[in-house]
Amino acid sequence: MDFRGQKNFEPKLDVNVKVTSTDEGMHMSDLDLFRSETKAWLEANCPEEMRLPMKDESDAVWGGRNATFKNDAQKVWLEVMAAKGWTVPEWPKEYGGGGLSKPEAKILKEEMRAIKARSPLMSFGIWMLGPALLKYGNEEQKLKYLPQIARGEIRWAQGYSEPNAGSDLAALMTKCEDQGDHYLVNGQKVWTSYADQADWIFVLVRTDFEAKKHEGISFVLVDMDQPGVTTKPIKLISGKSPFCETFFDDARCEKDNLIGEKNKGWTIAKYLLTHEREMIGGSGASAGALRPMGDIAVQQLGLNEQGQLDDPVLRVDVARAEIDGLAFMSTMERVTDEAKAGHGVGANSSMLKYYGTELNKRRFELMMDSGGHDALAWDGEGDVARHWLRTKANSIEGGTSEVQLNIISKRILGLPTS
Amino acid sequence: MAMVLNEEQGMLKDAAKGFLKDTAPVSQLRQLRDDQSADGFDRDTWKAMAEMGLTGVLVPEEHGGVAMGHVAAGVIAEEMGRNLTASPYLSTAIMGATALSRFGSSSQKGEWLAKIATGDAITAVAVDEGRKHSPANVTMTAERSGNGFKLNGNKSFVAEGHVADMMIVSARTSGSAADQEGVTLFLVPRSAKGVSVDRLSMIDDRNSASVTLEGVELDADAVLGEVDGGLPALEQVLDAGRAGLSAEMSGSAQQCLEQTVDYLKERKQFGEIIGTFQGLQHRAAHLYSEIELGKSIVLKALQTLDAAPEHAAMMVSAAKAKLGRVAQLSAQEAIQMHGGIGMTDEYDIGFFIKRVRVAEALYGDAGYHTDKFARLRKY
Repeated sequence: MDFRGQKNFEPKLDVNVKVTSTDEGMHMSDLDLFRSETKAWLEANCPEEMRLPMKDESDAVWGGRNATFKNDAQKVWLEVMAAKGWTVPEWPKEYGGGGLSKPEAKILKEEMRAIKARSPLMSFGIWMLGPALLKYGNEEQKLKYLPQIARGEIRWAQGYSEPNAGSDLAALMTKCEDQGDHYLVNGQKVWTSYADQADWIFVLVRTDFEAKKHEGISFVLVDMDQPGVTTKPIKLISGKSPFCETFFDDARCEKDNLIGEKNKGWTIAKYLLTHEREMIGGSGASAGALRPMGDIAVQQLGLNEQGQLDDPVLRVDVARAEIDGLAFMSTMERVTDEAKAGHGVGANSSMLKYYGTELNKRRFELMMDSGGHDALAWDGEGDVARHWLRTKANSIEGGTSEVQLNIISKRILGLPTS
Repeated sequence: MAMVLNEEQGMLKDAAKGFLKDTAPVSQLRQLRDDQSADGFDRDTWKAMAEMGLTGVLVPEEHGGVAMGHVAAGVIAEEMGRNLTASPYLSTAIMGATALSRFGSSSQKGEWLAKIATGDAITAVAVDEGRKHSPANVTMTAERSGNGFKLNGNKSFVAEGHVADMMIVSARTSGSAADQEGVTLFLVPRSAKGVSVDRLSMIDDRNSASVTLEGVELDADAVLGEVDGGLPALEQVLDAGRAGLSAEMSGSAQQCLEQTVDYLKERKQFGEIIGTFQGLQHRAAHLYSEIELGKSIVLKALQTLDAAPEHAAMMVSAAKAKLGRVAQLSAQEAIQMHGGIGMTDEYDIGFFIKRVRVAEALYGDAGYHTDKFARLRKY
């Protein structure tokens, strides 16, 4: 998930020919006003440093109790955006959000993109826990946790996978026992993103060992600042350690930190998995929203006398990948619009996750081809080799490509199970 | 622009779907083939399509059409692709209507557009001369002669050329073969002296023609658009056709997948429904994903043709390249997943693999459009 920073590349291969949209209908003038106010506010409040492309991980702000800021600009940008509720523009105001409508949020996004403003805050709280709390949390839980997430005060980790529960997530065995006034958690999670830097963790635990495997799972929140929770970073093939193992040894969990009903946690887990799938599909796969592959290849390899990329085979591969990128971006649009129009296919998130991640892997294979010998160096320009290695996880995390194909087969094509 | 059909387009889709399924399904194409039909399509069906307004989908209202635009035209083509409806719809209702309504003089429009809308005229576009699509490669000559021009040369792979009442022909009025300048478009009536047409029956049971023009004399008012500046106009006409073909291929690809999935739910081997086998499930699910991408890029190309036709070339090439590959994949996978029965003439899948092969080659195959896309992207 450490790829989200790359979203700030300037899009050039736009799927949209500029035509006046009439989506907003009668409220056009209100939205125009909102746009001009937003533009002016961003111009006045977004520090210059926050409009430069992100170069490496230290350019990303994650917040939390031990938040680190590379410079004042990062801190200022987070504070002013959080004060407006614009770290989470569409969340209700009472939970620290901006209370914006969808069209307003879209305008904010467009205007931020126009000045190349960075995202003020990276956060699993925003991307994952927040949506789950908004849907399944009680009022007390929402009021307690959502504003902290919006302001970047608490950094969250996700405790889903276990050593023996990967694709078969519902086989998870981390035990959560009722101790009267609190719960006790024992077990191990794996692939917990940045758990070594996180403050709290949302965890899928087993609360009933007698029930069927999907029916004994609960969703709880655990404070990591206690002796019963320890983390150990996992070194990956890229040389980086964005993931940890997280161990629970008699870790305490307060009773009011159970989200939703006891033994009904799988519903929340599934909701979040769908959400995560959409996000990975959308970001990992943003092959179209990133700097077009053709532009990168031209810059690296140049054009021949006919004005064609000076590697005829790569030229074809790049063109095919760009065409698929356009088709993919158009599909994201279409799937969104169909859902809005009320005839969406829910399981299409699996199709987007599958295709988007495979497309992103293709993109980085092409980046390696195009970069040639230079791309083979550790810590070379753009750190492309590490990114390339990182993309290999795209089609594993959040449900493997094969799991997505299973979902498409069953839920969309209606193929039977034996 | 929302990536969904509007209400009018949705209604058109339903109407076309019902009509074509009932009137012009694959069994009609099979019958035409078995009867060795010289036309290669059913004239009564064509007339009925005209009465429904389908042939006038791109004809302006003042000429009796419904002028619903390229998305609507694509919706009809998609349903034809599902049913493999054989008709001169692409060459006439899409390309003929686009050429005349966009570049025709008022007398040319008056002469042809109303007849296209009523189904009384069939047009064809005669562009290629060699083995592969290459619109700038024009050796057909048009020499000035008296008040007009005299045309000499050959055209090949002219879809529906065997039944066309009028052909839109590219000929060289100056420059040498492959020059971008110096190409002029002419409206050549089938009845003109010196026109000879040889019907070629193709693998898809449709027809194209080899056309020879030998000293064909035309008045100056037979010129469509500008003398020496015909290529940009021709490209726009071709793009309308390419987008239509992409929509047609999308329909064929969807139909192949649906029939295959139905088969996977019925067929038993090793005592089990074969649709339970993951090896087949994953092939089908991958194909579904490819087809969904195909549907999107087609809609995007058609919407761009309606919104900004002069800027549509890149999106149209992307769509034609993508659908050329997707539709062939779908037909190939359909045969593989059907097993032996998919190889039999009795089964419909074979008709699909043959038609999408032809549709893929027509007006530029996937290779041509991938290259063109790269050129438009300036690499």
